[in-house]
Amino acid sequence: MDNLLSIVTFIPLLGAAILALFLRGDDDAARNNAKWVALAATSATFVFSIFILTGFNPSDTGFQFVEEKEWILGLKYKMGVDGISVLFVMLTTFLMPLVILSCWNVTDRVKDYMIAFLVLETLMIGVFTALDLVLFYLFFEGGLIPMFLIIGIWGGKNRIYAAFKFFLYTFLGSVLMLVAMIMMYVDAGTTDIPTLLNHQFSHDTLSVLGFTISGGVQTLLWLAFFASFAVKIPMWPFHTWLPDAHVQAPTGGSVVLASVLLKMGGYGFLRFSLPMFPVASDIFTPLVMWLAVIAIVYTSLVALVQEDMKKLIAYSSVAHMGYVTMGTFAANQQGVDGAIFQMVSHGFVAGALFLCVGVIYDRMHTREISAYGGLVNRMPAYALIFMFFTMANVGLPGTSGFVGEFLTLMGTYQVNTWVAAFATTGVILSASYALWLYRRVIFGDLIKESLRSITDMTSREKLIFAPLVAMTLLLGVYPSLVTDITGPSVEALVNNYHTAVDGASGATAQPASN
Amino acid sequence: MTTDISSELTIVLPEIFLALYAMAALLFAVYGAKDKLAPMLTWLTAIVLAAVAVWIGLKAPGAHTAFDGAFVDDAFSRYASIVVLLSAAAVLLIGKEYMERCKILQFEFPILITLSVIGMLMMVSAGDLLALYMGLELQSLALYVIAAMNRDSVKSTEAGLKYFVLGALSSGLLLYGISLAYGFAGTTQFAGIITTVSDGHVPLGLVFALTFILAGLSFKVSAVPFHMWTPDVYEGAPTPVTAFFAAAPKMAAMGLIARVVYDAFGNAVSDWAQIIALLSVLSMFLGAIAAIGQRNIKRLMAYSSIAHMGYALMGLAAGTVFGVQAMLIYMAIYVTMNIGTFAFILSMKRDGQAVTDIGSLNQYARHAPLKALAVLILMFSLAGVPPMVGFFGKFYVLKAAVDADLMWLAIAGAVASVIGAFYYLRIVYYMYFGEEREAIDTSMPMVQWLFLMAAAAIMLLGVINLFGVEGFAAVAAEALVK
Repeated sequence: MDNLLSIVTFIPLLGAAILALFLRGDDDAARNNAKWVALAATSATFVFSIFILTGFNPSDTGFQFVEEKEWILGLKYKMGVDGISVLFVMLTTFLMPLVILSCWNVTDRVKDYMIAFLVLETLMIGVFTALDLVLFYLFFEGGLIPMFLIIGIWGGKNRIYAAFKFFLYTFLGSVLMLVAMIMMYVDAGTTDIPTLLNHQFSHDTLSVLGFTISGGVQTLLWLAFFASFAVKIPMWPFHTWLPDAHVQAPTGGSVVLASVLLKMGGYGFLRFSLPMFPVASDIFTPLVMWLAVIAIVYTSLVALVQEDMKKLIAYSSVAHMGYVTMGTFAANQQGVDGAIFQMVSHGFVAGALFLCVGVIYDRMHTREISAYGGLVNRMPAYALIFMFFTMANVGLPGTSGFVGEFLTLMGTYQVNTWVAAFATTGVILSASYALWLYRRVIFGDLIKESLRSITDMTSREKLIFAPLVAMTLLLGVYPSLVTDITGPSVEALVNNYHTAVDGASGATAQPASN
Repeated sequence: MTTDISSELTIVLPEIFLALYAMAALLFAVYGAKDKLAPMLTWLTAIVLAAVAVWIGLKAPGAHTAFDGAFVDDAFSRYASIVVLLSAAAVLLIGKEYMERCKILQFEFPILITLSVIGMLMMVSAGDLLALYMGLELQSLALYVIAAMNRDSVKSTEAGLKYFVLGALSSGLLLYGISLAYGFAGTTQFAGIITTVSDGHVPLGLVFALTFILAGLSFKVSAVPFHMWTPDVYEGAPTPVTAFFAAAPKMAAMGLIARVVYDAFGNAVSDWAQIIALLSVLSMFLGAIAAIGQRNIKRLMAYSSIAHMGYALMGLAAGTVFGVQAMLIYMAIYVTMNIGTFAFILSMKRDGQAVTDIGSLNQYARHAPLKALAVLILMFSLAGVPPMVGFFGKFYVLKAAVDADLMWLAIAGAVASVIGAFYYLRIVYYMYFGEEREAIDTSMPMVQWLFLMAAAAIMLLGVINLFGVEGFAAVAAEALVK
């Protein structure tokens, strides 16, 4: 199959088109049909994406499954994956059927809901497979539209504020990236990502309006991309949209947001910031690292005092993505491997935690922590699963959460000991808020009258969690499943990065020595 | 150049044909059944305009001039003419039902539209300051009248009067500029003016002339600070007329500005590019910010079109072939989006009374999911969010600006587009997230529905290759920038 990536990318869109064009009515039968079509489309996507993984050759550090067609304005429709992006594609296709399953109880505008998720899946996969700047931007920005609608239509009480904040915040970050992309296009004469990866953007010191900018054009471009990715990932202090969006989004939306959309920021750092602007990345590494540490410590503390379960997990996401940023900018094998691992692992764990909240929210229609307590008496299966993912979130060895945190910390330690030391406190803090949350919700006596008739998980809900438990355990005990795939590509990235940085400092050092 | 009159007339044959058609239709209607003929005449005019568009499209390629260079027929004028003609035809069709509902469909309406279209064709083909002025006035006079078409409405009359007074002022500025140009260049022909430019700069007197001419023309594209009339006229004029104002005259005026700055002052790009860049940045920001407070959708669209003109001007400010191409693509996309959006706005009513409050769209998506989806696509396209075609319009002009080292303008445009996104999103918000209230009636005839759906489909499917408009625009831009 020459165009496997296009097939995988556009199957969900096809499903959405089928739903939009052929499904009529809003009775129970129509709703069920909508759900089944969506499930079939996402499952088919997953099945096809398995071929990507089986056909993928990890030792080849270039792009694979490349497709290329002419587009407008000298742009190209070009798709491809390498060791860095392939796992994100897999993560997306793996999670989407589960997301659809988790939405089985939605009754309001089911068809529209499914269409929104299917369109969103196409756009998310496209972000990770696009090999053309503008094509990437198209998918990256396009994803805002379905997410805006998902939060705005199916969200909670304060959904409108959250939807607007989500959209405008990320849009502002992205348009600056667009200008930077155009600048790159003008500078390099192409928008082809593989070519740009080998293009050296000038890092000669610039002077703009009297300000001296070391790193020159690279610094400016880096900052513009940073504006977009730092909002998306999100980094402290650009994270304020995330708790709002998470709390107001429906369960499925939260899962997608935490598991995939945040990863676009981390992916962007790995795909653009590090390899294309190495000199600027090097200049900003201390800043980014300290921001990441502040994110880890500060948002963990904030998470401690949350009264809303979703908000707590949202803040914990920000903290965990802090490890990703830290590992990425450590720019060594362990750090970057760990960042990718952490993103994949966080995709499973945070997604599962939001699903856990969804399970009891569906029953009690509240996310207040104080409304619960003693659930273990009525919901033993739920208590077990929630505990498992709480432990994974804490980073217990044996779960995937541990590997990611350990690798990023190890990578960072080699670069900046202080940063690593402070970041390690985040491990303890995450244990505090996660275990405390668990105790308040699950343990204790069941004294709340409203909880007396609560029922344990249905088989559908168990079915959703089964693959997530399996993956979290599997990656926890056998992490080289991930690192074998990412390893060679990461090695190439890291080597290129250091060659470029050394070359630049050598070039500037030389005239100084003369 | 030949002096053979018949070959010169051949060049302007489409315009002559349209003029004859307008006069014949007028006589026919006056001596015939008058307003009873209006629906038929509307259809006929739309067909004639579309047919002329096809005719112009099939004209022999290459550049021809007639009447000592006063009239230029080249790829640029053909591109602009086709956009003008097709949008005018589309507006006639989408507006017909509204005019009938409000009982203001008089037979003069299609005829006046035809006359203003002739003026616009003249504008985009002008090769001489006087030809320019003639086309502009023919267009404007017809527009003043149709703005006040709804004679029983105070607002419509006010709109017509306001437009006329301010339009007269701008014509005065323009004429003053023309007279200065004539005085300093000794000719009104573009081809003659351009020869007075040496070493990249025009003589000081001509700079004054250029400034006045640009001020007069900016009024027509409602670029800030010459935009004051736009919201009031958009609001007061009958909605089909507003739809017309938002489409064809904008293309024509933008084409005219391009003609003047390139054909007459093409050797002194740096002299006018800074004026246009300033107009552009002011328009983008004012359009984006002022629309936030608007609850009347017609006023909102007025500010929206001000902002969009800012983006189109950004293409011109680049002063390159690619910039002109970007402007032409932007205008084609803008006109399409506006026709789709107005096809919807025209259908907004309650108990037969037209509604323009955006709050009335509350939960519209529940009542008419398909139409709501079409409007959603158009709104995101207007906001410039990919993958809608509106994004590519912005992409082209931003690239043109960056190409021309106008980095600050590109960044300003990008920031303004975020501010502007807010009010387009708010329409989506009302349609999809709003509170449940009394439903609005948006029943519309088949033709209008088709235009709405077609515009939305174009915005979505255009991502594949923009329907090849890129190539036409490139040829047109090449023809203008020699």
